[in-house]
This record gives sequence, structure tokens and C-alpha cells, in this order.
Amino acid sequence: MADLSNTFVGIRSPNPFWLASAPPTDKEYNVRRAFEAGWGGVVWKTLGLDPHVVNVNGPRYGVLHGPDRRVLGLNNIELITDRPLQVNLDEITAVKRDYPDRAVVVSLMVPCEEAAWKEILPLVEATGADGIELNCGCPHGMSERGMGSAVGQAPDLIEQITRWCKQTTRMPVIVKLTPNITDIRGPARAAVKGGADAVSLINTVSSITSVNLDTFSPEPSIDGKGSHGGYCGPAVKPIALNMVAEIARDPECRGIPISGIGGVTTWRDAAEFIALGCGNVQVCTAAMTYGFRVVGEMATGLERWMSEAGHPSTSAFQGRAVPNVTDWQHLNLNYVTKARIDQEACIKCGRCYAACEDTSHQAIAMKPGRVFEVKDDECVACNLCVDVCPVENCITMERLAPGTVDPRTGKVVEDGYANWTTHPNNPARVAAE
Amino acid sequence: MTSARRAPGIAPARLPGDALAANFADLHPRLGDHEALVAADRCYFCHDAPCTIACPTEIDIPMFIRQIQGGDPKSAAKTIFEQNILGGMCARVCPTETLCEEACVRMTAEGDPVEIGRLQRYATDALMAENGHPFSRAPETGKRVAVVGAGPAGLACAHRLALHGHAVTIHEARPRPGGLNEYGIAAYKAAGGFAQAEVDWLLRIGGIEIVEGRLGEDLTLDALAADYDAVFLGIGLAAVNALRAEGEDLSGVQNAVDWIAGLRQASDWAEVPVGRNVVVIGGGMTATDAAIQSAKLGAEQVTLVYRRDRAAMAASDFEVDLAAASGARVLCNARPVRVLGEGRAQSIEFEYTETGPDGLTGTGETFALPADQVMKAIGQTLVAPAGLEIEGGKIRTDAEGRTSRPGVWAGGDCASGGEDLTVTAVAQGRDAAESIHRALGA
Repeated sequence: MADLSNTFVGIRSPNPFWLASAPPTDKEYNVRRAFEAGWGGVVWKTLGLDPHVVNVNGPRYGVLHGPDRRVLGLNNIELITDRPLQVNLDEITAVKRDYPDRAVVVSLMVPCEEAAWKEILPLVEATGADGIELNCGCPHGMSERGMGSAVGQAPDLIEQITRWCKQTTRMPVIVKLTPNITDIRGPARAAVKGGADAVSLINTVSSITSVNLDTFSPEPSIDGKGSHGGYCGPAVKPIALNMVAEIARDPECRGIPISGIGGVTTWRDAAEFIALGCGNVQVCTAAMTYGFRVVGEMATGLERWMSEAGHPSTSAFQGRAVPNVTDWQHLNLNYVTKARIDQEACIKCGRCYAACEDTSHQAIAMKPGRVFEVKDDECVACNLCVDVCPVENCITMERLAPGTVDPRTGKVVEDGYANWTTHPNNPARVAAE
Repeated sequence: MTSARRAPGIAPARLPGDALAANFADLHPRLGDHEALVAADRCYFCHDAPCTIACPTEIDIPMFIRQIQGGDPKSAAKTIFEQNILGGMCARVCPTETLCEEACVRMTAEGDPVEIGRLQRYATDALMAENGHPFSRAPETGKRVAVVGAGPAGLACAHRLALHGHAVTIHEARPRPGGLNEYGIAAYKAAGGFAQAEVDWLLRIGGIEIVEGRLGEDLTLDALAADYDAVFLGIGLAAVNALRAEGEDLSGVQNAVDWIAGLRQASDWAEVPVGRNVVVIGGGMTATDAAIQSAKLGAEQVTLVYRRDRAAMAASDFEVDLAAASGARVLCNARPVRVLGEGRAQSIEFEYTETGPDGLTGTGETFALPADQVMKAIGQTLVAPAGLEIEGGKIRTDAEGRTSRPGVWAGGDCASGGEDLTVTAVAQGRDAAESIHRALGA
């Protein structure tokens, strides 16, 4: 069987599944139970300097539901720990002592002053924790006080606090990034410049989950008012994957370890983050929705897939998808495909027809007997029919062999590779070699 | 209680009241809000949806289910009622397994359709629970239309005519309106007095009066044609086929439709008499309804006997399974020879049958079943009004419901075309009303 054991910036854990800094890692009671359930590590919920913060006393979470009230996204307006610093430090010490094989990383958020960081770092180091994660990401509440995403949105500040930490502690420094920026590479490069050992991303996305149409208050509503929260869960995974990939393939960030966060719900999500270059993953919403036991499915699923696919360890496939992430201009324009409908598998719902006819390229014909057929002379291979078809693999994209004529364009499909950079319609084209 | 259950002959109150109440409770109670959302989510919103095509009233099923998905069951109900004003009853009684749900693409995908019937009930109940009526009547046209029969066809026709501003008089032979909804549908499908409540709700459109009258007795087609601008006949099938077997006139032998009508009108289930040993003869929905309700009333042995094989039964698989689940035995390929008994039915003799090149023939092998009560459910026939062309035992109509006599339309079980179903009757009544409306406007 494949080996799930993991080393991330020198921190060892029995598997690559860490609980992210969040309510599940708020205190000793939870973390002990998480470790008993099989989690490889935790990032302890963010500590700050005393006096500790207070939370709202109304609801802290909002939700986006899918069918059957499946949680697709959560948003929260909870702040960092609202317990005294020493309580947390004592509990971290006790947990790490009892679970030496698990990763215990401590998330930190203090004001952007060197003295504040120099005050808290030795205290954390004394707990025996394996590392620290700088919370430069929370978009709500703390950002109004110049912390969290307020730091994460200012690369200069990221670089500065990272450097202070590296100068002060022996512990590995992971910088947690906010997605609430224009280009994730800016903050990531700043972390690298400051000497970070790793980055972790994404933190939550600024969000309002819904509006109550009776009270006209955003949700979650505190006495009729709402404040934007941080969005997480399966709904943010595509955003997270892209940001991870942006960093993984950025020359200025080359080699920086990445801890992947954002909607990891099953083993497959974790495998995708790792394929895009992550050294491990962090999970929160899945645990908050289903409880700690979900790690069982994640670990067995990843292990089975790795074994069957021939990957002895996560490092064997880590980053394998990164070279395949490219810019649009480099995509092969000679790759010509057409939709193919498997008539045996088709259940004749007609969704492909409605989608194509109303919103795409009128490339599917509806024939007597509810037979749906692709019109190759209209099909631009957009894939919409594949996406809306309720039957998996009923519609697939088939490549036209080089040398055949594309009935849509009337042109012979050329062999080899050609992209936009050399296309005659590109005013800025360069000569083909 | 044991003695009541095994009382000989035909007797009421074979089961205690609470058992009867439980037996006759709603077969499919209304879905809860969350259940409805989960069920609705399974709908794929098909293009040119097969379910809608399969519905005789062509309800826009994907649209109403999407409205349920959106948390708006009342708009869903309006979508249903625009096509089928008796959508509440149809949600309860339609053989969906042979109509919309059979056509559902999820049948192809996984053999498990979207629960269209139950979703329809969820929606229609939501709107009908409100006071008022979702449609408003057009200004009075001054035209008067006679509708004969307050069954599904007549009610659907009357509602649509009233909607267009015509004044409608429904002539109904029975004390209460509703037709087979009131007198024929199995009680557990229209629990809680739904048939009457639905008629009351439908009449809120205004412009419809119901008077007593029976065609061929106190009413004639000529008089109606003279008195009104148009006539619609929704008179159903008033006569019952005879068994043509010896002993048919013995006490204890009766028409299933009459027994069911009595059951539907009973104010207390414990008043309804049922045999200790019941034999129902027939293979359609009336036969299964009679067998199931006999079993629910506490008959000790209920046997449904059909002369052909199982595949030829007109009753749907669902109904036959329900009969079996209720405790009735279904026996195929046997036909009645004679009813035996001293003064009253005590047993019935059958002959096994087989289907060969000469059609259905007896094998000569016979058997007898104990039978205190023999119910005939072998089909109903039209009592044809004079002066109309008849086709296949039904009043001949064209696609719009026009009969051979100008100014007279017909629909429902009495008219040619379509199956004898509530939903078909509604479609024909509605379409005839549109035809009448066009004719009156010309």
C-alpha cells in the first residue's frame, strides 16, 4: 500500500490531512478528539495578544445550501481565539506532549509591530509546537484593526512580519494568504522575500451568503445588521486551486512549499491540490459539516488511489499537474474536438439540446424519437453539453484526427501544435519558427 | 372483536373503528416541505419534457417542479391548474406509473421516476389551503351553456366556460356533484372529503350553478339544445355489464360500482357492510378498488378473479400490487360459471381458461370459492342519449369534443377517444369548453 506519511517544512505527520486554523482547532478538547479520529495535524486556531478579543453573541455562520441542504459553502464572522493567551499556550503544550507524532502548528495574528511579534513568538516556541502560521488572511473583523487580510493585502507588510518572525524564532514560518486580492502572486512573492518557509492558501473569501427578504438584513444577521464574512467550503475550491497553481508555476516563488486550503471535502480534492504542487492540505468546512470522522474517508481514499495509480507517496505525484497549467495563448489551436453523444447511455432528457440551442452554438439536432445528435458543422466543442448532461460519460469530446476536415470551418485539421502567438489573426503575432 | 371479524354473511364493523380509520387513511400523505424539495431536485427540467407529453392535460411538469424547487409551491399550483383545474384530484388518483412517471427520463436512467404525482399534490394542496381561487372570471358574455353531469369532464368544462364569462348550468343526476371523484374513487385516495372540497373550491370561479336532473328522465337533449346556447355531455357510463352467469340474481351479488358508491357516501366506515368471503370479478381499476377496500374493511378472504392472464389486466401494476399488499389474492385465467347458495350467495364456481387460436376458451376444469359477497367489476357501458352517433359504444366526438349533433359537445368516459381516466375527462372537458367558447364567439 502507498505511504501517506508526510513531511511539510520539516514537520512530520502520519498523513497529509491537517485541520486548518478555525473553530475545530480552538482548544485542547477538540484537538485531542481530532487526533484520535486520525487527523495528521492541526493548525491551532489563531492566537493573539491579551486582552483577548470578544466575539459577537449572535450567529457567526452563514451558509449556501445545495440540494437536500448539502452545505456547499459556509461563511463566518468569528474572530481569532477569544480565550486568554496562557490558556491556549498551556493546552498546546499538553497536546503536543501527548501527540508527538502529530503536527501542531500555531496560527498567530498580532499587530504589525516588531515588539508584538517578539513578545508572542518565544511563548509559542516554549509550547513545543512544530511551527507557526501567520494569519494574513481573515477578511472580517480583525482586518478592520489592521490585521488579517489587511496585512495580506499589503505585500510590504507580509514581507516585514515574515522577516521579523524568521529573525526571532527557530520554528518554520508558514504565511497564510488571503484570496481577497487581485493577483495572489504579489503576496506570495512578498512572503518568499521575507524568508517564509511556506505559504498556505486560501484563507476565506469575503462574502455575504444571503439576504433575508423579510428583514432585508444580510445573513448571518446580528440584530438586523450583517457584516461580510469569510467564505469557505466546496464552493471555493476552484478559486483555491487556481491560486495554488498561480504560485506553483511562478518563477519568483519556485520551490516554496504550499499547504493547500479551500474546500477539501474528499480524498480526491486533496489529491488535486497535491497534484497542483501542495505538500499537504488543510481542512475545515468538511469537519465542521460532518465532524472529525471524515478524515477516515480522506485517508483511505487517497491511499487506495495512490496504490492503484502507482504513487508510493504523495511526493510521487506532488506537482505533476503544474507543468500542464499554462497561459491561454499557449493552448494548442490544432486540437479540434467534437461532442459525441452515446445513444445507448442517453436518457433523452434534452438538456444538451436546450443548452446548446438557447445559449451556445445550435449544434445539437433533436430528431424524431427524442434522438439528440451533434451537428459537426456547428459544434465548436465548447463542452457545455458535457457539463449539463446528467449522465456521466454519455457525452464526450472526441478529437478530430489530423488530416480530416473540420466540417465547421471547412479546413483540414493540421498536425502538430500551433497557438495564438503565431496565429494570423493576432495583431501582435510573432513569426512561427 | 374476533367474532365481529368472522361474522358470517355480509356484515358491517368487522374491524374496530381505529383499525378502519388507519386502513382508510391517505394512501400517500402530502410531502413535507423538505421532502418536496428533495423530490423536486431530482427533476432534470427536460426539454420538451416526456412527462408533459404523457399527461393527457399536458401540465408543464418541469416548470411546476422548478417552482417547487424555488420554494414557490403556490405558483407551481397555478401552473398545474391552468392546464388541469382538477389537478388536486389527479395528483391523488392518476395512474402516474402509466402516464407522466412512466415517461420520466429517470425511469430510463435508474428505473425510479421523479415523484410527479406527490409533488403535484404538494403544490395543489398549498394553494387550495388558501381561501379564494387563483383565477378570475372574464366579464359576462350573456351566453348560457348546459353541462350534463358534474363529474370531472363536466366540472372541467364548466370551469373553463365560466372563466371565459359564460353562464353555466350543470345538471347532475346524483345528490352530490363530483361524479366518480365523489362516488367511485377509492376512499384512501381522496381522504378527508377531498372530492367535495375540490368541487367547492372549483365553483369559486363563479358563474356555475348546479341543478338536479337526469338525461332521459326529466331532461331531454332537444329541450337542453333549445334552452341553452350550447350543451356539453359528461354523463359517464351509467350502465353495468351483466355477468351472464347462473345465480347472478342471488342476494349478495352486486355491482362493484354500487358498493363503492355506498362506501364513499358512508359517514362511518363501520357502517359499510362487507362479506366475510368476498370475490371480485374483473381486471380493471374498479375491481382492484373493490378488492382493496373489502380487505381494508376486514373481509377475511378477498379474491380478485380475472378471466384472462395477468398481463391483460387493465389495472396497473401498482394497483395489483396494492391489492396483494392489502391481503387480497389475485387469481387469473378463470371465469365465473355459476353463483351457488340457498337464498343468498354462498360460493361461486369458476372454470379455468386458456387463450388459444380461438380466443379465450374454458378448459372444463372447475373450482369453487366460498363467497358471501360477489362483486361484478366487468365494465360499465353508456346509456346512449337519443339522436347522437355512437362509435365503439361511446358518443362519437371529434378532436374538439363535437358530437354528430351541432351545438352538442361531449367528453369524459361517455365520449370516444382516450382512456377512461379522470385526467382524460378533464382534458376533454376543458378542450370542449374552448371549442364551445370559439363557437359562441363566432
